[in-house]
Amino acid sequence: MSWRLWIPLMVFAGFIGLAAYQLTQPKDDIVESRMVGQELPYFELPPAVERGESISSADFADGTPRLLNIWASWCLPCIAEAPHLERLQREGAEIVGIAIRDRPEDVAQFLAQHGNPYTAIGRDDLSQVQLEIGSSGVPETFVIDGEGMIRYQHIGDIRPEDVPILLEELRKAGA
Amino acid sequence: MTRLLAAMLLTAFALPLAAQDTMPPAPYAYRQLDDPAAEAEAQDLMETLRCLKCQSQSIADSDAPMAGDMRHQVRIRIASGESPNEVRQWLTERYGDYVSYEPQISATTWPLFAIPILLVLVVGAILYRRFGKLP
Repeated sequence: MSWRLWIPLMVFAGFIGLAAYQLTQPKDDIVESRMVGQELPYFELPPAVERGESISSADFADGTPRLLNIWASWCLPCIAEAPHLERLQREGAEIVGIAIRDRPEDVAQFLAQHGNPYTAIGRDDLSQVQLEIGSSGVPETFVIDGEGMIRYQHIGDIRPEDVPILLEELRKAGA
Repeated sequence: MTRLLAAMLLTAFALPLAAQDTMPPAPYAYRQLDDPAAEAEAQDLMETLRCLKCQSQSIADSDAPMAGDMRHQVRIRIASGESPNEVRQWLTERYGDYVSYEPQISATTWPLFAIPILLVLVVGAILYRRFGKLP
């Protein structure tokens, strides 16, 4: 019998092996933004809390690098990251928030309960800015340099070990 | 036993409920465009755009709030005169090929298109060697 007869079986076994290997791998459902390295798209958002300040993309181009935190009061991981955002703020980071599909009274309650590290929070009821900057969920945190360029994206809630990384990215962005 | 079951059911369903917003959907999330031709264009496009939250659904199929917001964007952009390709481009500039269900030939995807052609050629060559030279 020719050895070549085994080739199809080997190829088939190879496919099975590949499929089995992929099944054991953790699911990678992170969608990274392609906007990192590009200019923050133009936007203007009304304040997310009553008597709060509105925000716009132009605010970011004043020389100060900032964190742009995409969050929502209805988002559970956002509660988990709240203390770490506060720590970032204590370490000198300036944090601007965008509340996705949120009500002013819910935002106010969240801030009263979990602290308010933000200099201003914009209200994005249609996820418009979220889509513009290529964010695919809450929470996400972007590092924006003093010229309004997007430098870094952190996907998911900020854990204690992410705090130094974000501070370092801010420093690299010119803080 | 029933109580335990009820408690388990409650905890299973409580989390997704709590992690949803309570805002009404975007104006054009569920409302069709008045122009039937534009709506048909938008619908075709939405069926080939991937929901970012739900992974294996198109934004036309998904009830996730973010998919609704994406449908809103698609409809208002089509209504304002953008072509479906421009809208797809706008999204792939932000999310990469991930967001599109219509594969384009690119540096990473060309084997998908090349391998079938290669296989057909190989099969053709084998068949020719076997049967091509028969009288």
